[in-house]
Amino acid sequence: MDVTSQNFIPLSELALDDDNLQEALKQLSGRLAAGRTASVTELPEFDQLRIEARDIKNHVLEHLDLYLGAFEQQVEKHGGTVHWASSEEDARQIVLNLCRSVNAKRVTKSKSMVTEEINLVPFLESHGLETVETDLGEYIIQLRGEKPSHIVVPAVHLSKEQVSETFFEHHRKFGFNEKNTDRGALVAEARHVLREKFVAADVGISGANFLVAETGTIVLVTNEGNAELTTALPNTHIVVTGIEKIVPTLEDVSTFVRILARSALGADISAYTSFITGPKRDGDLDGPENFHVVLVDNGRSEMLGGDFQDMLRCIRCSACLNHCPVYLSVGGHAYGSVYSGPMGAVLTPQLATLDATKHLANASSLCGRCESVCPVMIPLPQLLRQWRDKESEQKLNPAGMRWGLRLWAWLGQQPAVYRLITSIANQVLNRWPEQANGFIQKLPALAGAWTLSRDLRRPEQGTFSQQYRKAGGKRV
Amino acid sequence: MGVLQPNTIALFVTCLVENMKPAVAFDAIALLEDAGYAVVVPANQVCCGQPNLNGGDRKNAIATARRVIDAFIHFDYVVVPSGSCGGMLKHHYPQLLAEDSDYSGKSARLAEKVFELSQFLTEVADYKPSAVNCEPVTYHDACAGLRELDIQSEPRQLLANAGVEITELEETESCCGFGGTFCVKYPDISAAMAERKVQDVLRTGADTLVMGDLGCMLNIEGKLHRDGHSVRVIHFAELLAASIPAPARGES
Repeated sequence: MDVTSQNFIPLSELALDDDNLQEALKQLSGRLAAGRTASVTELPEFDQLRIEARDIKNHVLEHLDLYLGAFEQQVEKHGGTVHWASSEEDARQIVLNLCRSVNAKRVTKSKSMVTEEINLVPFLESHGLETVETDLGEYIIQLRGEKPSHIVVPAVHLSKEQVSETFFEHHRKFGFNEKNTDRGALVAEARHVLREKFVAADVGISGANFLVAETGTIVLVTNEGNAELTTALPNTHIVVTGIEKIVPTLEDVSTFVRILARSALGADISAYTSFITGPKRDGDLDGPENFHVVLVDNGRSEMLGGDFQDMLRCIRCSACLNHCPVYLSVGGHAYGSVYSGPMGAVLTPQLATLDATKHLANASSLCGRCESVCPVMIPLPQLLRQWRDKESEQKLNPAGMRWGLRLWAWLGQQPAVYRLITSIANQVLNRWPEQANGFIQKLPALAGAWTLSRDLRRPEQGTFSQQYRKAGGKRV
Repeated sequence: MGVLQPNTIALFVTCLVENMKPAVAFDAIALLEDAGYAVVVPANQVCCGQPNLNGGDRKNAIATARRVIDAFIHFDYVVVPSGSCGGMLKHHYPQLLAEDSDYSGKSARLAEKVFELSQFLTEVADYKPSAVNCEPVTYHDACAGLRELDIQSEPRQLLANAGVEITELEETESCCGFGGTFCVKYPDISAAMAERKVQDVLRTGADTLVMGDLGCMLNIEGKLHRDGHSVRVIHFAELLAASIPAPARGES
């Protein structure tokens, strides 16, 4: 997966200075986090459902081969075809070949993070297929040539005014010569433009929130209705999704449906929850003639049985983004990956390289709020720490930090030396020249990063050990 | 070891209290003694190893954990005036040493004896602090204590019993941006987080911010002071011990 995570620091600085973005993030944190709390509180069994959801996913991951095989059999039984893509290149090529096999010219696509992960739309367009995003947020960022900044609300970084500008620029050719600024009018404008695309499309591409092994059903959880038009109107429906989306039964889907929208948007349930099983059957009034499911591995099977298997439970609800103080400070684009926030910081190094993404695991205060809201109980802080361990093992983090930590640990084994050094540091800080009112205002080296935006309380005169000894305290 | 009185508490001082604000340890001792316990301070304690655990240096975090366990396992109770270091001893040590045949059992035994100060005072000591005279305060829940040790009601209960009124923050579950080395590795993001916390504190109108972890204290206090705000920032131990006779200190 292509990433720009190497530029995390400059991108985050840009983000911190972007007033539009900061306002958008403020709205997001208020709306979604407060909404989640309210809707979760209304459901006394929510924590029990989290445990059930975690256990279902763990069970599936232990028997993934079995359930994938069962799913494939069921899809074929209902007249569909399953395609296996081990890499993102494979996945793109399979989708392109499927489009060519039906002489497709026009493609519509509903929201899918896996298609973002494999960069599908630019690939299809470069091969001459007009490919239109039909989720409103995705449509907006497609017009702007941007990547999603959030896994559920991809255009959350944009203000209404920015969307208005974008539509004004791109919709004149459809006869919209006035600049709309009203939210409802903007939605109506997009709906009008997209309606033509839905009707004309030869192929509709969707993702899937769940794949049901028992029935070969794909489940789509959406709010706009665009996925239904994308999957039902064209003659060919291609589902592109990850191999970890399997659940054993329809009954299991109900467990996830109860926690997904609550975790994501603070809603009891999404507007649409569509169950699609195979192509159009005899007697069906609508639906596609051809139904394909492209199951993408792209590094996922490597996570099975390894240190990051827990991450495969992720249902892409975005609760961890919506509650992450780092995501809420810098937004999604700073992460340089289509997956952002805590889940993105854990998943992206697996899909790209650790060297290119080494900032992501470090840019976290490990406050743990992500884990506390995760509906499938992924220990995200622990997984971030594991990436940090790997960075040390591969010497990807600064040598100064590795040696500093080693020195610190060595001091931890030598209390006498530790106390000597800290008592000297105590004297130095107490006599520090740049201080006022008991606070130090400027420090050198790494500590200078602290005093960029904060003062440091001058330590008390004498360490605890020194004071305690003087006081004749009991030592054992 | 010598002969210890029954119910002896070993105080795990923590690096930041040791080096920045020893008053917190003296006040913790005063509160624990006031609650009827004998308190000792093992001399060979240093750091809990959290910087190593969070810095990708698991090997040394494990070595440090073993050392702390050896130094503290023989006491009846280990009390820590920090949810962060307390969480390290109680929550992370058993995970770090789960595969260690010598120490997995010991780490679990130690975990049972480890208490963060407010949890010890409420759950074990059933301590009723003396009344404290002050204007309403606001309270910041430090993340590690909140999520690893579930410290939420305990400090509030102690403050309420001392007659201290709390005007709550709007965002009681948001990180202040300290995060150990995070604050110097990503200073701009950390400062943005601290700024949000400072604004939340100011909105309460309280002139005192109380909390239980020195890392967050230094961070929020440093930001408040840099931006010219005069809100007093103190550890709950300092506030609660104010009304009991101070133990002798060597402070000059």
